[in-house]
Amino acid sequence: MVTGRDFFGRLRRLYLPLAVFLVLMLFPFYWMLITSIKPNRELYNARIMPLIVHQPTLKHYVDLLYETNFLTWTYNTMLVAIVTTLVSVVLGTMMAYPLARLRFPGAAVVAIGVAATYLVPQPLLFIPMSDIINRLDLGNTLTAVMLTYPTLLIPFSAWLLMGYFKSVPRELEEAARIDGASRFQAMTRIVLPLCTPGLLSAGIFSFTLAQNEFLYALIFLAKSEVRTVPVGAITELIRGDVFYWGQLMAAALLGSVPVAVIYSFFVDYYVAGLTAGSVKS
Amino acid sequence: MAVRPASLARPVAGRPFTLQGMLEREGVFSWLMLSPGVLFLLAFIAYPFFYGIFLSLEDRRVATPGVFVGFANFQTLLGDAVFWQITRNTFVYVAATTVLKLAGGLAMALVMNQSFRGRNLARAFLLLPFIVPTALSTVAWMWILDPTFSVVNWLLVNLGVVATGYSFLGNATLAMGSLIVVNTWRGMPFYGITLLAGLQTITPDLYEAAAIDGATTAQRFRYVTLPIIKPVLIIVTMFSVIFTFGDFQLIYALTHGGPANATHVFSTWAFDIGMSAGQLGMGAAVALAILPALAVLIVALTIYLRRE
Repeated sequence: MVTGRDFFGRLRRLYLPLAVFLVLMLFPFYWMLITSIKPNRELYNARIMPLIVHQPTLKHYVDLLYETNFLTWTYNTMLVAIVTTLVSVVLGTMMAYPLARLRFPGAAVVAIGVAATYLVPQPLLFIPMSDIINRLDLGNTLTAVMLTYPTLLIPFSAWLLMGYFKSVPRELEEAARIDGASRFQAMTRIVLPLCTPGLLSAGIFSFTLAQNEFLYALIFLAKSEVRTVPVGAITELIRGDVFYWGQLMAAALLGSVPVAVIYSFFVDYYVAGLTAGSVKS
Repeated sequence: MAVRPASLARPVAGRPFTLQGMLEREGVFSWLMLSPGVLFLLAFIAYPFFYGIFLSLEDRRVATPGVFVGFANFQTLLGDAVFWQITRNTFVYVAATTVLKLAGGLAMALVMNQSFRGRNLARAFLLLPFIVPTALSTVAWMWILDPTFSVVNWLLVNLGVVATGYSFLGNATLAMGSLIVVNTWRGMPFYGITLLAGLQTITPDLYEAAAIDGATTAQRFRYVTLPIIKPVLIIVTMFSVIFTFGDFQLIYALTHGGPANATHVFSTWAFDIGMSAGQLGMGAAVALAILPALAVLIVALTIYLRRE
């Protein structure tokens, strides 16, 4: 039975702080949404109460879709994210499997190498990388980012998957081997199906990281037709000192939707991936 | 069902050489699987890394051959007041955001560790700032902090706190403060949700035992919760510090290092020198300046992970 005192205790310890956290974390998204549907006369009039929309309009969305390359950027972003996610999860799996389950010379060195490459931050690499991409004559091509994004995603995928692969009991694989399965079959038919949650975690994580990538896209993609959404929005929708805030917010919101939708379907796998490295179950 | 004898599955010494048998050997199979990934990482991480060190020793401008200059770039940097300002900025940024994210994230985890209806939904919403592309959410913050139309200023003025609004991104201290707030907003959910997972490994029996022994809430936190989540706390913090050191897009989008270098960090300054000004050698040297601090962190993290 809930007594008055219990309720106030819970209010103080749970509902109030939870409400504060939710408001702080979600306010910028609310702000994105209402700015994107406000007409300019409301946006640029400091005397109008800004917290709500008085006369909503879809004009900024229409302008964004018809007057900018937003749809091209969205296509580029999705293409790059999907390709790099697939490449990274496949190569990450191929690295994680022997590291987690087999004994072979050089294993320790490779394992340390994977951890080190995961921790090397991008700012340390982008200047030499820009020179390498130029020499390969890949500037302004999506190939440039498709080649470089996996450097951020493979070490993470491999590292995450090693944990999952280790958890599969050795006996299952040995039984399959005794029944005549090759090493490759034991991996693809026994271990990988059991690690589907891990593969999903690695995939969803790689996808969000690829959508979030900014620095390489900024350096390698200088032409509008090859840009991704974050770089297109930051470099082209902010024109000189004039800000097209309604359009910018519409772009920010629409650009976030694919990640948010995928995330909402797989939120448990995402959280599992997030915590796999730091929490031992 | 035909079950082949084990001797067929495992190649034994003395068996005639076959490709199949070769592939079944642990070392051969392992390295075949590893090689695409290893070659890729060697080509696109290891090679650029060492090439960056080489570049930092050159006077190298875009589209011209480089001239080897030894440590001249680093000497120039050490004598440059801006370099020291950027070093200070980076450390202030990393230290302040880490403390705030840790404290806020721990509070978030403790609140979320109570059972209530809709907890999974709340967790999904709280994690949104961390998953939405940073450059795009930073755009929302640019508008929230706009000098003329800032909603924060509107609230402050209309609540009678101040007479006229602040220029959040135009003033050196406020601009750094704004960056710290936005980074904290983005990174706190990572701490919160990871620490929550740590808290959920604690069995309720421990709290009950502590309560029977007469421990207060504060004592239970200090002597039960904290020791158990300490490893998670340390690992999360070290990861976050390493990634915050390498932060680029939030700063580039929000302040671009301004006003007057007040918010430049190593990554954004290296970008301006190496990319915008085309001085690849000097830019590479600036980027490498984070290496000592980073190396200490990475080694510490590796040692800690091994010990655990």
